[in-house]
Amino acid sequence: MDKHRKSITLTDFLHLKKDNEEKKEKGRRDKERFGVESESGIERIEEEKEEEIEEKERLHIYAVHEVTKYIRQKLDRDAVLRDVYVKGEISNLRQPTSGHLYFTLKDEHSELRCVMFREKNRKLKFIPVDGTSVIARGHISVYEKQGKYQLYVDDIQEEGIGALYRAFEQLKKKLKEEGLFDAAYKKPIPFFPRRIGVITSSTGAAIRDILNITKRRFSHVHILLVPVAVQGEEAAPQIVDAIRLMNRVNAEQMNIDVLVVGRGGGSIEELWAFNEEAVARAIFSSGIPVISAVGHETDFTIADFVADRRAATPSEAAELAVPDKREIENNLYSLKLRMQQNTFKAIEYHRKQLEGIERNILFRTPMEKINQYRQTVDEIKRDMHAEISHLVALHKKSLQALTGKLDALSPLAIIERGYSICSRLPEGEIVRSVKDISVGDALKILLSDGEAVSEVKEKKEK
Amino acid sequence: MGEEAIAFEDAMKRLESIVETLGEGNLSLEDSLKMFEEGMELCTFCNKKLDEAEYKVEKLMERKGGEISVEEFKTKTEE
Repeated sequence: MDKHRKSITLTDFLHLKKDNEEKKEKGRRDKERFGVESESGIERIEEEKEEEIEEKERLHIYAVHEVTKYIRQKLDRDAVLRDVYVKGEISNLRQPTSGHLYFTLKDEHSELRCVMFREKNRKLKFIPVDGTSVIARGHISVYEKQGKYQLYVDDIQEEGIGALYRAFEQLKKKLKEEGLFDAAYKKPIPFFPRRIGVITSSTGAAIRDILNITKRRFSHVHILLVPVAVQGEEAAPQIVDAIRLMNRVNAEQMNIDVLVVGRGGGSIEELWAFNEEAVARAIFSSGIPVISAVGHETDFTIADFVADRRAATPSEAAELAVPDKREIENNLYSLKLRMQQNTFKAIEYHRKQLEGIERNILFRTPMEKINQYRQTVDEIKRDMHAEISHLVALHKKSLQALTGKLDALSPLAIIERGYSICSRLPEGEIVRSVKDISVGDALKILLSDGEAVSEVKEKKEK
Repeated sequence: MGEEAIAFEDAMKRLESIVETLGEGNLSLEDSLKMFEEGMELCTFCNKKLDEAEYKVEKLMERKGGEISVEEFKTKTEE
């Protein structure tokens, strides 16, 4: 049956209706069809759908489960019933071993069956009992087996709280959409505030905690308290005025570095002022950064979302607002130490550099330079000497060679070897050929050790 | 944010950057010593800021007509 249920649509119902009416035989078959847990039945319905569609206006008889299914689908598609808040008193509450919660919500006029499955009711912050007035949130649907409609509950709030919870969610959504929670608007909390504005009750636990902690961590901050009511009707407007007053003082008289707005723990009604829109907007528009400090760890208020920083508790707000003096002192001390070490290192580095330079300077004193030059001059002189001697020797040698050559070429040297030079007088022309002379010419004969004059007696050509 | 708060925070930040710069060792001796001197002044300044002033808790109220009044606030524990 289940498989059928999942697949059958409204159109299918119309076809089935025809089936039942049309033929007895077919009707019998239909009975079988729904009696058998197989998918073939559906397939057949699909096949027959088109050919029989024109007959849908005719009167038909539904099976019980068909009607129930149809109703259920109607309810499931209803926009209102899909997500409803229902107010009423719990009765007939029971929780079988399955862990699911079954109860009836009733008021003086009516009753509504409810079921809250185990995985949902596990998260409940309170245990509902008979007689409790609650607001249940969930969707309405039909339990087909019994043909009963009921509320499938997602969440239960005790009445009053439920309404507040809803208002909270609505405002949260609205402000979020407006961008009031955007990180871009969050102002940084100063690290070293001198003056802290505190907006809370002058008699509550919050101010006591804040004063204790600020005094312990940083014993010289200036705390400026604007006492306000933190619950009840007066609370929200007083908190709004206080934030404005702080900002006015900050602008006109003295700097206020940070605001702490909050109160100690309480019920959701007691914390309600911090869920008011006016308070949220005052926090948002504060020029002074705001730390919200409402209730305990688990309490989240609108103020927390819109504040520049959320503290889980007033004590934590105090810790966020003022740094620990000892911590800063330690930090400062270690910075000082590191600075000294670094400076010492820098000095040492420069000292070493200086020593290096000093060594260089000593090496380059004037005397040293003169000695350097002196030595160079010596060296050059020595080189020059050697060079010149070398040159002289070289020239001497070539001169001797040349002289030798010259000697060899001298005519006198030839005469010495036994030759003589003959010249015709009176001009003294050197006689080179027998043609140069005639018989009777006077000739001077030059010999190695003197000269003689002779006369040509005869001549003969070769 | 108050000027003093800024001054202190800035002083701490400046001090941190001085320590870093000195640690890098790229400065001339003169600049290193100048920085050191500045750093020491910042230390003195910060220490002074940490020690000066006293713990004060006051109550701020706005009287009718907008006049601002500040008076001493005493907690029960102090009384």
